[in-house]
Amino acid sequence: MTQPAQSTSNPLLQLWRNQESRGVIIQIITMAVVFALLAAIARNVVINLEAVGKEFSFGFLLWPAAYDIGFSPFLEYTNQSTHLRAAVVGLLNTLLIAFWGCILATMVGFVLGIMRLSSNWLVSKLSYAFVEFMRNVPILIHILAIYAMVVTLLPPAKKALNVGADAFFLSNRGFYVPSPVFEDGATIVGVVLLISIVLVYFFKRWARRQQDDTGKIYPVLWVSLGILVALPGIAFVATGMPLSWDIPVLKGFNFKGGMAIKPEFLALWLALSLYTACFIAEIVRAGILAVSHGQTEAAFALGLRPNRTLQLIIIPQALRVIVPPLCSQYLNLTKNSSLAIAIGYMDITATLGGISLMQTGKEMETMLIVMGVYLVISLLISSFMNWFNHRIKLTER
Amino acid sequence: MSETPTNPRYAPGTHPDLPPPRRTTGALGWVRSNLLSSPLNVALTLLSVWLLWTILPPSIHWLFTGAIWTAVDRKECWALMDAPRDGACWAFIRGSFELFVYGWYPEPERWRVNLTFILFIAAIVGGLRENIPGKKYWLIFAAAYPFIAAWLLLGGFGLEPVGTNKLGGILLTLVVAVTGISFSLPLGIALALGRRSNLPALRGVCVIFIEFIRGVPLITLLFVASTMLTYFLPPGSTFDLLMRVLIMVTLFASAYIAEVVRGGLQGLSSGQYEAADALGLSYWKAHRLVILPQALKISIPGIVNTFIGSFKDSTLVLIIGMMDILGLGRARLNDPEWLGLAPELYIFISLFFFISCFAMSRYSLNLEKKLQTGHKS
Repeated sequence: MTQPAQSTSNPLLQLWRNQESRGVIIQIITMAVVFALLAAIARNVVINLEAVGKEFSFGFLLWPAAYDIGFSPFLEYTNQSTHLRAAVVGLLNTLLIAFWGCILATMVGFVLGIMRLSSNWLVSKLSYAFVEFMRNVPILIHILAIYAMVVTLLPPAKKALNVGADAFFLSNRGFYVPSPVFEDGATIVGVVLLISIVLVYFFKRWARRQQDDTGKIYPVLWVSLGILVALPGIAFVATGMPLSWDIPVLKGFNFKGGMAIKPEFLALWLALSLYTACFIAEIVRAGILAVSHGQTEAAFALGLRPNRTLQLIIIPQALRVIVPPLCSQYLNLTKNSSLAIAIGYMDITATLGGISLMQTGKEMETMLIVMGVYLVISLLISSFMNWFNHRIKLTER
Repeated sequence: MSETPTNPRYAPGTHPDLPPPRRTTGALGWVRSNLLSSPLNVALTLLSVWLLWTILPPSIHWLFTGAIWTAVDRKECWALMDAPRDGACWAFIRGSFELFVYGWYPEPERWRVNLTFILFIAAIVGGLRENIPGKKYWLIFAAAYPFIAAWLLLGGFGLEPVGTNKLGGILLTLVVAVTGISFSLPLGIALALGRRSNLPALRGVCVIFIEFIRGVPLITLLFVASTMLTYFLPPGSTFDLLMRVLIMVTLFASAYIAEVVRGGLQGLSSGQYEAADALGLSYWKAHRLVILPQALKISIPGIVNTFIGSFKDSTLVLIIGMMDILGLGRARLNDPEWLGLAPELYIFISLFFFISCFAMSRYSLNLEKKLQTGHKS
């Protein structure tokens, strides 16, 4: 390797042989290549846009969108609204499906993961079969198949299934549920509810300090539940029950009143949650298996009952293993929600990246915004999860 | 049983071993310990049996016993059943099978597709089998396979040229998946090495690339490929849609592979790096001889999982209008002869993906066990 004889004369070669200067050279070359590539792309974009007579600007966001969005639970939207408003409606729909998807996926995932570890052979195998089937089939097929099932198997609105109490109806137009109508005084109940939550928080802290100081254990769960139910309950009765339900009623070909959970939302929600739940199930299983059996035995030896062992020993340690991959599953779910476009659920990809793109011909601008939105959501979720992960981390010496 | 003692008096230590109690062995013992060990388990078992009892018989009837395998259209299918839709109409899948496999590939040239499939299996088996004679040549063949396949499928150099718009169905699914898989591996390893490099500029470029790709959904990248990638290219150059999609799929998979390989690199003890340095190996020699063989070995399960992911993700090309197996199947559903046979179609495609992906995941699990040369806890 060391043959300095003929090379010492060449200063360039000498620079290359020196580790430090070689690093600098490689970095300069890298940056030069990257910037040359970016510059070439920028130049091509400018020339190509000019050739087709397009201009790079975000002004189109204020143009009227001129298309309908069937599902906008938070914002008023008509086809006279701007593209910007359509984009915001889409973003809110993305966040809505991601939020509810993560919740259902976590719940189903934990149940499946624990079922998989059950000592009952049949339960364990059922969970195994379900998990393996779901996660080895592409999510897009799940979405399309569940949507097809919802639309074709469920009856039309006129013959809607009465799921319960003449107030919940399932039809191929969606799942109709009563919506709450708040009257005067409902705010008082809300305030009382908030106060009771604060009370519970302080009671929990007090009980914990008492336990640390004296070893005495208070029934935190029951007292908390009591406070949470009793105080708002009393306020609710005292203000004269300021809440009524708007119950959906069949009028003509569709239901009036109540809230409708659209079939697109239902199908996407179920497909995303069940698919992600199967990955979460494997994570939960691995997490619980990662807690060595010695921990359980030690807890029993200390005289803890099985319930407390699970609560105080196993779950905290398993969570430490579970949370990081769980975070990436939440991210995956959010990113997979962009497949909504396949069944016409209007999320950000379908509104801004789909119809707005086609109508305005602003490929660059719309795709930049859509990608930026997903990047920000990803960053937010992962930083929240990092914070949470940091909180439950093992405090080592 | 004849040796069971009738005489209780034995000298200490001479009592013959008794058979285990009958309730703990055999089928009965298995049922007692695995299904009925506690009241909760009894309830769960009953619940599961009830669930299976309500789901399985109708499913089996619909899938097999009540199903129709040959018919010319759905009307004939339903006429052959006891009641319309009483069973699956597999005649639909059988009738469209060639289309599903070959897409619109010209009939007289289909031997090329078949040859590609056969070589594909040969490349996989030859590349993965541990003790196969001439392992080195098999590996070279596996590495060259994507290029051989491209030549066979697209033609040129003595073969009739076939346009990429003729590819469809399972063929297109495999083209997208295999290209993504084979080109993302080297790219991903390079990115992982770049991310681990101690040169800040190089590392920065790799980190930004990886995190950007991992932060956005594949579908947005495919939109970029279908709508705006042409703007990035020199004016006047046209670029096939399939090629653009393949580039995006490869870039997407490579970012994920990079993270898996980085995990493998981090999993190595620093002693390995130090030992390689102490031997005086250069960066490339150290990586080729010491670091990468070990790091890749640890990351194989993760790599296979990424492959499974990119195989499943290949269905997304349907959204930008390409006819992979899912897109083609859905287009076929609009055919008046087979209108509304969605359940049959989705079951068939699910089965195709399930078998492929499940096989891959089993293989990775198997490999994980085989490669576990370290300490077992």
